Amino acid sequence: MEQKLVALSGNEAVAYAFKQARPHVAAAFPITPQTEMMHKYAEFVANGESTTEMILVESEHSAMSAAIGSAAAGARTFTATSSAGFALMWEVVYIAASLRLPICMAMVNRALSGNINIHCDHSDSMGGRDAGWLHLFSENAQESYDNSIMAWRIAEHMDVRLPVMVNYDGFIISHTADALYMLPDDAAWKFIGKYNAAYTLLNPEKPITVGPLDLTDYYFEHKTSQMAAYEKAPAIIQQVSDEFADLTGRRYGFAEEYKLDDAEMVMVLLGSSAGTCKDVIDEYREKGVKVGLLKLRTFRPFPAAYLAKVLGGRKAVCVLDRSASFGGQGGPLFTETRSAMYGQQVPVHGYIYGLGGRDFDLRQAATVIENLKKVAAGGEIADINLLGVRL
Amino acid sequence: MSGKMVEIRWHARGGQGAKTAAMFLAEAVLTKGKYGQGFPEYGPERRGAPMRGFTRISDVPIRRHCMIENPGIVIVLDSSLLDSPAAGVTAGTSETTVFLVNTTDAPATVSKKLGVKGAKVHTVDATGIALETIGRPIPNMPMVGALLAVNDMLSLDELKGALVEQLSSKFSQVVIDGNLAAIDRANKELVSA
Repeated sequence: MEQKLVALSGNEAVAYAFKQARPHVAAAFPITPQTEMMHKYAEFVANGESTTEMILVESEHSAMSAAIGSAAAGARTFTATSSAGFALMWEVVYIAASLRLPICMAMVNRALSGNINIHCDHSDSMGGRDAGWLHLFSENAQESYDNSIMAWRIAEHMDVRLPVMVNYDGFIISHTADALYMLPDDAAWKFIGKYNAAYTLLNPEKPITVGPLDLTDYYFEHKTSQMAAYEKAPAIIQQVSDEFADLTGRRYGFAEEYKLDDAEMVMVLLGSSAGTCKDVIDEYREKGVKVGLLKLRTFRPFPAAYLAKVLGGRKAVCVLDRSASFGGQGGPLFTETRSAMYGQQVPVHGYIYGLGGRDFDLRQAATVIENLKKVAAGGEIADINLLGVRL
Repeated sequence: MSGKMVEIRWHARGGQGAKTAAMFLAEAVLTKGKYGQGFPEYGPERRGAPMRGFTRISDVPIRRHCMIENPGIVIVLDSSLLDSPAAGVTAGTSETTVFLVNTTDAPATVSKKLGVKGAKVHTVDATGIALETIGRPIPNMPMVGALLAVNDMLSLDELKGALVEQLSSKFSQVVIDGNLAAIDRANKELVSA
């Protein structure tokens, strides 16, 4: 497949990908913390390059509510948000998942207030990790674009029918011009295909009720059927990703395994810091240090069995979280990864890094590897460590 | 990896076009089969406030997504930043760093002000050139033209081709012609120590 090499910001790349899915409706709050992703999309619509109906609303709560109404009516629907905007959506984010509506959302990961900060961390999406959405994470503009193409096929698959958020790092990816390959419009459309809603609000032949009162009698059963969808999601994610690899040559799974085959030490993380770590891992590899990286792509569903298998037998594992869980046992990725490793004799320690956009640099990546070496040699380290903070 | 990679740091004031230049260059080098990454440092965005931009150019895909701490090239769009320690123009530089400064001063004067031993300093009156060619004091594109006098990442024609392709839809022909002329002049008028 002939693909065009372009330089786009992450926001532009995601806007293009969503345009290629020819969505019927985009509902969005048009003011900050909304990002250029929706700005770019509105430009497509204004220029007549997209027939998507834009519904601009007065808050993110309304944006998600409008997206839910639209998706329930059977329209292919997306929205985009970031930071405090996602926090304001909170109540209705759960409803989108509970109603099994395959909405796609661009999630530009940025810090929450206070104090006021506009930069990257994962606190926003992590706050909604139990709301029932599928969370795909992206390292760069290429992966943001690719995830935004695949998201539709995953969300709309009849075994899944769940909303998907495509996470990419605020500013570091969203506002950085990066080289990436894009599919031609017709090839992307052929891959994504037309959306056929199984049930719609507007079909008098097949009337349905959406979101009724559901008390002690059936609520639990409905939640149980919702849980079952996450069991089926991994196989569909892999199937869609394999088809995407056949088309583009870019292969995706639940995670990217970087130099893991013989790695004695492994770093586990999400998002843009993976690239920085890869450069440092290469330097250590030249010195004969057997270190590798596991960059998680699917945080929800969380691939616990996969992680247990891939990380099993290593001498030391560490997990880097770009969000804090105040009063908890480390960041969310750490607690879940270590829980997945339960019963294995592999030491797992964690880091909190990069809050509020604090630069994750080559030195920090090197510090992580030096600490892994100490642990692998039998040394001790605290469960939770801080990186790049002034103490 | 870092050996093959050119890392550029831009120092400017809001409104001088450093963000546009940093990102434009990242896109322009694609035509040459190279990979580019361009990003500004975001903060409270105010016209006139000091800001920094970053560009990486490499023969292989660029993976790292961190700030540039040890730039090979520093481009200063506003010479008043040389007097501001907070702007950090010389931070992380060494005797191999190349400085390009928009000023009417001679390289030796700037060199003294920078106080970096051995660093190669080049100057050009990009604001003056911009005023005469574009009609506005926007020194970003002339500085890109000047950059190509000290680095062969692109030829002048390739740069101008990329500029026409990227900016045609956004700006009038008059503005584009002004920028093309500015690039040529700055490229020729760069003064080296």
